[in-house]
Amino acid sequence: MHQRILALIRKEFLALLKDPKSRMVLIVPPLIQLLVFGYAATFDLKEVPYAVYNEDRGMAARDLLARFRGAPSFRQVAELGAAAEIASLVDARRVLVVVRIGPTFSDDLLSGRPAPVQVIVDGRNSNTAMIALNYVRSIVDRFNRDWIASRGLAAPPARLETRAWFNPNLESRWFFIPGIIGLLTLVTTMLVTAMTVAREREQGTFDQLLVTPLRLPEILAGKVVPGLVIGTLQATVILILATLWFRIPFLGSLPAFYAGLILFLLSGAGAGLFISSLAATLQQALLGAFLFMVPAVILSGFATPIANMPEVVQWLTLIDPLRYFLVILRKVFLEGAGFGLLLDQYWPMALIGLGSLALAGWLFRSRMY
Amino acid sequence: MSTRGGPDIRLRGGQAMRLRGLIRKEFLQIVRDPSSIAIAFLMPFFLLLLFGYGVSLDADRVPIALVAEAPSPDSADFMAALQGSHSFAPRVMASMPEAEEALLKGEVHGIVRLRADFPRRLRLPEGAPVQVIVNGVDANTARLVLGYVEGAWGNWLAARAAGQGQELKLPVALQTRIWFNSEVKSRNYLVPGLVAIIMTLIGALLTALVMAREWERGTMEALMVTPVSMTEVLLGKLVAYFTLGTGGMLLTVGLAVWLFEVPLRGSFWVLWMCASLFLLAALGMGLTISTLARSQFVAGQIALIATFLPAFLLSGFIFDIGSMPAGVQVITQAIVARYFVAIVQTLFLAGDVWSVIVPNALALTVLAAIFLTITWKKSRKRLD
Repeated sequence: MHQRILALIRKEFLALLKDPKSRMVLIVPPLIQLLVFGYAATFDLKEVPYAVYNEDRGMAARDLLARFRGAPSFRQVAELGAAAEIASLVDARRVLVVVRIGPTFSDDLLSGRPAPVQVIVDGRNSNTAMIALNYVRSIVDRFNRDWIASRGLAAPPARLETRAWFNPNLESRWFFIPGIIGLLTLVTTMLVTAMTVAREREQGTFDQLLVTPLRLPEILAGKVVPGLVIGTLQATVILILATLWFRIPFLGSLPAFYAGLILFLLSGAGAGLFISSLAATLQQALLGAFLFMVPAVILSGFATPIANMPEVVQWLTLIDPLRYFLVILRKVFLEGAGFGLLLDQYWPMALIGLGSLALAGWLFRSRMY
Repeated sequence: MSTRGGPDIRLRGGQAMRLRGLIRKEFLQIVRDPSSIAIAFLMPFFLLLLFGYGVSLDADRVPIALVAEAPSPDSADFMAALQGSHSFAPRVMASMPEAEEALLKGEVHGIVRLRADFPRRLRLPEGAPVQVIVNGVDANTARLVLGYVEGAWGNWLAARAAGQGQELKLPVALQTRIWFNSEVKSRNYLVPGLVAIIMTLIGALLTALVMAREWERGTMEALMVTPVSMTEVLLGKLVAYFTLGTGGMLLTVGLAVWLFEVPLRGSFWVLWMCASLFLLAALGMGLTISTLARSQFVAGQIALIATFLPAFLLSGFIFDIGSMPAGVQVITQAIVARYFVAIVQTLFLAGDVWSVIVPNALALTVLAAIFLTITWKKSRKRLD
């Protein structure tokens, strides 16, 4: 029996790797994608393009604007001479932010009246708009604090002292790169499993497999093992790149990481094989793979928190294996979590994996064409 | 067809007739394997519904822990400012260890702590510190929580000053104007973006396997011995799937406007024109994958890798392209979805802004031309 399974696993590896194009597809893109996505996936704005419309000739306005010019995350694109120029710049997306200072700004400030500064933000991407606005706010806050201090005015009775655990500088890359490991691993499991049965069905070799002495669990094992092996190898390489190249701190334990990885691969492979055995043609299998993968990514909490979703959709995320794996990745990387804290994430994935594999095995036999 | 096999070449019909026959064949194939129709109509419907409701970056009722180490009227006053805000679902906790454990478990996103000496230091000239701790793993949510706490703090300062018969004076007062999306609803930009992402998938999925399938099943050779040219074969496929894709596009735009109530401020016809260009590019990408891979299995694998994640992460849909390193920005120029995301977000939220639409539409045209040319060249080579 051992020999039978080994022979089958060998055959599945060959089916995946003998075609040089297929081999390329499994090895090269994940590495390139990690590098490209790793740099792309961040909510931190690097160069907010902004324009200034300053009608005030006073020192204070010049001082405030100098702070914008000196801020590393801002890049001044234009200095406007008339209010009418604002609209065309914003419309064309040449600037994200316009800072407008009225003619009485410095006088108001010196005489102790509130001095307004108008900030116009392009809200087409509301998330980027809010982040840019936060940057503006912190510059103005610092200006206010310095102004109060230099004039000897009364400080506010309470002040906030903020601290962020696990990610002191709030770098969003630390949040996204562990997540990308999950995304790329999911794509690879889909590549390896989602189309295998459908291909054999289309070529007629699956019926032959079913009449061999191989039993159902053995056929399943033959289809799952290549996914586990390739997925583990790939995730290991990505893990090394993430820590050495992107310098994401890895504080947790490797066994906790690998336990999560294997369970995730198992549930992903189960879903992939389920899709594959449901499909009659490769086209249907590909459709199924997308219908699983796209919601799995978008509802996983990768970019938009699950807590923001409506309750019904939140329930739906409970059957998304990526949801659990992302929690494990982030906790293991940044919070240094071990097995104990992650048990709640392990068992749902195990359940999804076993359930989908059982369904796939049942479909192997019951869907004969 | 009675003309087939006729000895007189004129009876075989002209190019228009051959093309009509090919298009008819493609449509028959589409109808017989319902997965194409599912891709064009079911998938956009299902995905847009799911994401339109599911995806949001607006957090409200964020759970936070409030710890007042020595409750007093002053601390109750401060806490009330947080409790009154719609942004928070505050939970009062007795001690820091309890709050820290809740933060570790992810039950709360942040802690606001007032030390025992808060009322006393409040009356000192340098003011009292209020400690705010957030879990920084999800940096975006953490920043949001900090922003909300700051807002509540500002309200508290203003209310306190007013209570003492004074006016709170901040030297510089920010007046913010958010254009195009004044309620700052993330759905208003996510839904148009999703239209672009979903249509990229559909365009590529519809065609990713069709050329490879013909090669694999030997029907391409069968087509070659007929008088149809490769250009006609390609044109037949393009027309059939373009029609299907247009249907899917109308469906998603309709859902965005009527179900999700995203304002469409630009004109529908400009959207139609740009969508058609975009569909040509997306279908062209699928055909290119299909032609280069030559086997359905490999074509499917490439489609899985090359369509969704790049369109999701590199199109400017959620991550700002301007903040990416220069090298990555160059790579995004090959992403079809990028141009359509820019067009759709502008058309929906801002209107017919030609300075955005024209360059992006041109880029789509160039990409469509490149993809279709590659397909055409590579398919012809096989004929030799």
